[in-house]
Amino acid sequence: MNQPATDQGSSLAIRTQKLNLWYGTFQALFDIDLDIKQGIITSMIGPSGCGKSTFLRSVNRINERLGYVRITGSIDVMGENIYDPDVELIQVRKQIGMVFQRPNPLPISIRENVLFGHRIHNAGRKTSKSENDDIVEDALKTVLLWDKVKDKLDQKATALSLEEQQKLCIARLLPVKPGLLLMDEPCSALDPKGTEAVEELIWELRGQYTILIVTHNMAQARRASEECIFMLMGKVVEHTETGQMFVTPQHKETSDYIEGRYG
Amino acid sequence: MFEATQLNRKNKTRQRMFSIGLGSMTGLLILPVALIMGMLIYKGAPVISFEFLFTSPTNGMTAGGIFPALLGTVLLVIVALLASVPLGVAAAIYLSEYAPDNWFTRAINLAIINLAGVPSIVHALFGVGAFVIFFKFGTSILAASLTLAIMTLPVVIVATRESLQAVPMAFREACWNMGATRWQTIRSVVLPNAITGILTGVILEVSRTAGETAPIMFTGAAFFLPLLPQGVFDQTMALSLHLFVVSTQVPGMPEQLPFGVALVLISMVLIMNSLSIALRMYLRGKKKW
Repeated sequence: MNQPATDQGSSLAIRTQKLNLWYGTFQALFDIDLDIKQGIITSMIGPSGCGKSTFLRSVNRINERLGYVRITGSIDVMGENIYDPDVELIQVRKQIGMVFQRPNPLPISIRENVLFGHRIHNAGRKTSKSENDDIVEDALKTVLLWDKVKDKLDQKATALSLEEQQKLCIARLLPVKPGLLLMDEPCSALDPKGTEAVEELIWELRGQYTILIVTHNMAQARRASEECIFMLMGKVVEHTETGQMFVTPQHKETSDYIEGRYG
Repeated sequence: MFEATQLNRKNKTRQRMFSIGLGSMTGLLILPVALIMGMLIYKGAPVISFEFLFTSPTNGMTAGGIFPALLGTVLLVIVALLASVPLGVAAAIYLSEYAPDNWFTRAINLAIINLAGVPSIVHALFGVGAFVIFFKFGTSILAASLTLAIMTLPVVIVATRESLQAVPMAFREACWNMGATRWQTIRSVVLPNAITGILTGVILEVSRTAGETAPIMFTGAAFFLPLLPQGVFDQTMALSLHLFVVSTQVPGMPEQLPFGVALVLISMVLIMNSLSIALRMYLRGKKKW
C-alpha cells in the first residue's frame, strides 16, 4: 500500500490509517488514524497503558523485535509506508531517531558516541579528522552541551550526568540527519532541573526537526509541544493544537484526564 | 525499654553459632590447598633449578631435568588454544548474539553442558578414534591438542557467552536503534566490553589444558623421547604424563623428583590463574557504566 505522496501527504511526517496492533492476543491499538505534521513538536499524553509508547515504537518498527507483535493498517512516514516489504529497516532506523526513557549512551567516549551513527552509515568512506570534529561540535552545540563537554570529548560518555547523557543521546542522532525524532518519555529519569534543561533543548529543536514526544507529564506536553494527542485505552481521543487542548478540550475524557481525575 | 529480652539473647547466640560454624567450614576449604602446596614446596623445591627446568632427563629419567616435558606441555596448550579459541568464541558469539531462542539453540546449549561433563578418558578414546585413526594424524601433538581442544571447548564457550551476556542489553538496543547491524553492534560495542571475560575464560582453559593427562596419554604424549618434537605430527613428552611416569612407572626414582615435577606443573597452573584474576581486575577497574 504505497500511497503516492499527495500535497497534504508531503507535509505530513506521520500518517497512520486504521492502525491496529496486537501483542499476542492483546490488542493495544485500535484503528488509529493520525496525521502528524512535519516540522513541529507533537506530544502524546494519556494514562499508563493507553498505547502511546506502543504507537511510538511502531513508528520506527522496534516493536517487531518482540516477535509476537502483529499489525494491520498502515504507517506512512514522510509519505512512504514503512511496513512496505521493500523498505530497508536500517534506513528506517537512520531516518527516524529514537530517544528513550533511560539515557543509553554507549560505553565509549563522548566523541565516539556522537560519531557512532555517522560511522555506521558511512562505512568505507573515511571522513577526515577535521570533518569529524565539525560534526561533533555541530551536534553538541545543537543540544546545548558543547560548552560543558568540549574539553573532555575523550572521556567516557557513561560518566556524564543523566541530563547530559540524555542530551548526548539526542546529539548522536543528529549527524545522520534524521527526518523525524521520536522521544519516549525523555525526561522521566531526570530530576526537575534536568527535565527543564532537556525540555528547553527540545523546544530549541522546534522547526529544525519533526519531533513526536510521549510524556506522562502534562505540564511538559503543555510547555514543550505545538500539537497534542490524547490517547485512552488504545484509541485516539483528541488531536489538536496544544493550547486549545489544555484550555478548551473537546471531549469529556480529555478534560477529566487533564484535570487529574484519573491517570 | 531497650534492654535485651530472653528471645533477643537466644537469637543472638544462635546467630553467633552459625557465623562461627559457617566460617570454620570455609576455613576447612583452604586446608587441602595449603597442605598440597606446603608439601610440594617442602619436598619439591630443593629439586628445582635452572638445570632441572632446561635439560633432558637422564639415567632412565631418574636424574636430569624435565625440559622436553615442559616444552611439550607448552606446545600442546598452544596448539589446543589455536583450535579451541576461534571455534569456541565464534560459537559463543553466535549463541549469544544471533541464535533465536528455539529448540535447536536449547539443544546446542544442552550439548555444550554435557560436553563439559564427559569424563576426560572418554575424550581420550574419542581422540584416538577421530584424530589418530580417522584423520590419520597418528599419535601426535596435533591429535593430542585437538583432543584437549574439544575437551576444553565448553569452558571457552561458556565463559565467552557469559561475558557477552554481561554486556547490558541497552547498549545493543541503542546501536540497533541507530541502524547498526548485528555485526556492527558486536564489533563496536559488545566485544570490546566482553573481552575481559573472554580472556579470563581462555586463561582458565590454558590451566585446565596444561594439567590434563588422560586425553593426551593415547593421542600424542609419550613416556620418554630422546629427541624434542620437530613438528605437530611428532609425539611429545608432557608434564602431566611425566609426573605419572616418574611417580609410578620407574623403579629407583629419587623420592623428591616427582614432587619437583608436580611443583612445576602446579606453579604453571597457579601462575596462569593468577594472571587471569589480575587481568580481570585490571580491566574491570577501567570499565565504567
